[in-house]
Amino acid sequence: MTTRIWVPCDSAALAVGADEVAAAIAAQALQRGLDILVVRNGTRGLLWLETLVEVETPEGRFGFGPVDAADVPALFDAAWSPDHPLALGLVEQIPYLARQQRLTFARVGIVAPDSLDDYLAHDGYRGLRNALAMAPAEIVAAVTASGLRGRGGAAFPTGIKWNTVLKAPGSEKYIVCNADEGDSGTFADRIIMESDPFVLVEGMTIAGLAVGATRGYVYVRSEYPHAIARLEAAIALARRHGYLGVDVLGSGRAFELEVRKGAGAYICGEETALLESVEGKRGIVRAKPPLPALAGLFGKPTVINNVLSLATVPIILDKGAAYYQDYGMGRSRGTLPVQLAGNIKQGGLIELAFGATLREILYDYGGGSASGRPIKAVQVGGPLGAYLPESQWDTPLDYEAFAALWAVLGHGGIVVHDDRADMAKLARYAMEFCAIESCGKCTPCRIGSTRGVEVIDKIRASSQPPQLTQHIVLLRDLCDTMLNGSLCAMGGMTPYPVLSALNHFPQDFGQADTSKHAA
Amino acid sequence: MSSATASPVSTAAAKAAAPSATALTTIDAILADLFARLGNRQDQLLPVLHGLQDSAGYIPPERVPEIAQHFNLSRAEVHGVITFYHYFRSEPPPRCVIQLCRAEACQSMGADGLLEHAERALGCSLHGRSADGTFGLEPVYCLGQCASAPALTINEAVFARVTPARFDALVADIANVDNNSREAV
Ligand SMILES: Cc1cc2nc3c(=O)[nH]c(=O)nc-3n(C[C@H](O)[C@H](O)[C@H](O)COP(=O)(O)O)c2cc1C
Ligand code: SF4
Ligand code: FES
Repeated sequence: MTTRIWVPCDSAALAVGADEVAAAIAAQALQRGLDILVVRNGTRGLLWLETLVEVETPEGRFGFGPVDAADVPALFDAAWSPDHPLALGLVEQIPYLARQQRLTFARVGIVAPDSLDDYLAHDGYRGLRNALAMAPAEIVAAVTASGLRGRGGAAFPTGIKWNTVLKAPGSEKYIVCNADEGDSGTFADRIIMESDPFVLVEGMTIAGLAVGATRGYVYVRSEYPHAIARLEAAIALARRHGYLGVDVLGSGRAFELEVRKGAGAYICGEETALLESVEGKRGIVRAKPPLPALAGLFGKPTVINNVLSLATVPIILDKGAAYYQDYGMGRSRGTLPVQLAGNIKQGGLIELAFGATLREILYDYGGGSASGRPIKAVQVGGPLGAYLPESQWDTPLDYEAFAALWAVLGHGGIVVHDDRADMAKLARYAMEFCAIESCGKCTPCRIGSTRGVEVIDKIRASSQPPQLTQHIVLLRDLCDTMLNGSLCAMGGMTPYPVLSALNHFPQDFGQADTSKHAA
Repeated sequence: MSSATASPVSTAAAKAAAPSATALTTIDAILADLFARLGNRQDQLLPVLHGLQDSAGYIPPERVPEIAQHFNLSRAEVHGVITFYHYFRSEPPPRCVIQLCRAEACQSMGADGLLEHAERALGCSLHGRSADGTFGLEPVYCLGQCASAPALTINEAVFARVTPARFDALVADIANVDNNSREAV
């Protein structure tokens, strides 16, 4: 009988040698005359264990990791015994995975991303079949009732956005998927596209049916060539089997999908800059109004949503709005795919109902810092997110709870820094990043960020208290101008990392530490 | 770097080092093909620029007028688009472009030290090229490998959990691939 062995093909695994592991397994099997089929699945998201190899057993898929190609002969010598030092037990029972609530990521790591059959065998396209039997307004109502809020950063209710597009006059409408994922510390969009691309294709198709759009675009950053290849393959396969095209599943309704590649500009993650880019222009932010929902791509009503928002739609349409809405806390319904990264022992993808605390994520899942040193600060929500000191780690993951701290959940990325981090240097980097990536349309952002770098350099160089105080007043003034005078969140939120670093870690800016005792 | 892990590194490095084959050798032919396939609606400008850079390695500035004419745009507009995006190059790239992630998660795992090491190993600074012109060192802001930091790419291949020793092994393997292919010629 053939034994299946799974080796991930997600770039998180490829980046640490998964192709070489797969090749070594195939070679060993051949050499030993064993009947083994190597299947390339996506990643389970337990990224510190990559390459995580899974062997089919009567009890389920048994894991080994992290496996290097050089470990493979010994694993065969030991007949993949549960006593091997790399043995992890049944993968589904690894606590890191078993304790998650995987809804958006239900299939991720289990299926082979290039297999439509696998997708269908794991509840794929059930949401679309339900949607095809519903009126557009009913689909929109289901998404609204689920409580889903945009996962790209601003947390705007997805159903309300869709309703605006549904009601907008016009025969031509578009669905645009924001797959620019430029935030450091985030990789959930990438994993969806590389490990379960059909779920995004299905979500966009449902969005098309809901608002009356017949064409969609996925704008993927150029840094993600693997994701682009996976997505294009999935789109081609879906089209070949009638899930896309002029007559979706014989319904008489059309939906076509196209991938567009970005070109290395962080600002193109901002929705209006992204639309400009798809139209073939420089990625300059548009003034709002008009909202993209009314005048978006090519001036037509447009739904623009993050990858995770769209990839969550199929399960809502499959299991019902109430099922999804049941998870979460307060006005943050459903689950948040947390991405734990940076200086952390067990980094990876952790999908959880809203409400877990940062401390649980950092220690119960993350196992503390990778360096073994104390954790000093965590940045949540990407390069425009605040730095949180230990006194704030008991905050639940909830949009409103974070807003109350003058922080953001954003796209759910958490970057961990240990006690060697220089917060003034990180604040400088935030300003520098803004200067590099500013679209240049407004002065507070374009000029302010460069001035910000200069002022922080002066702060870091000065030892005289009167001068230091002066520079810090200047930095606060500058942040104020950027906060209030910027057209978009690039300039408008760069003060979050800068001021949170300054407020919570004044000692790194040469000031007396006043926060320790308060904490 | 132990010899036990040398084999996966060299296969991966060979992949990163393999020059991308293209049937269309001249830029005339590349552009003619792209124009015919993609048409002249402005939203095809980025796809054309990508296609040209994928095949030719860069976007030759002297071709801007031709591209502008095809899309019925001014030269300034096309130039503006090319220069706005960090990804597009106006000069031929070195044979091996190494892009080091400079963003926060990689910083928290020693990206600054890795950059210093790379600069020393290649004898050039960020944005520069090694003396023999083989390697170019460039910054990139996040590769989506933040849980396995620090990360880099060599041409399009991505590598994570890169220690200075692994960096040296990758570079040495590429140099070996180059030597072997020179001998084969
Ligand atoms: C500077 C900047 C960068 C952004 N980058 C992204 C991004 O990479 N991905 C994303 O989905 N949203 C990003 N956003 C948010 C988008 O503008 C927009 O809110 C989002 O695409 C809407 O989709 P959602 O409602 O599904 O979240 C960014 C916003 C700003 C201001
Ligand atoms: S804040 Fe910055 S990125 Fe946003 S519109 Fe103004 S200049 Fe452009
Ligand atoms: S920050 Fe370096 S890969 Fe994301």
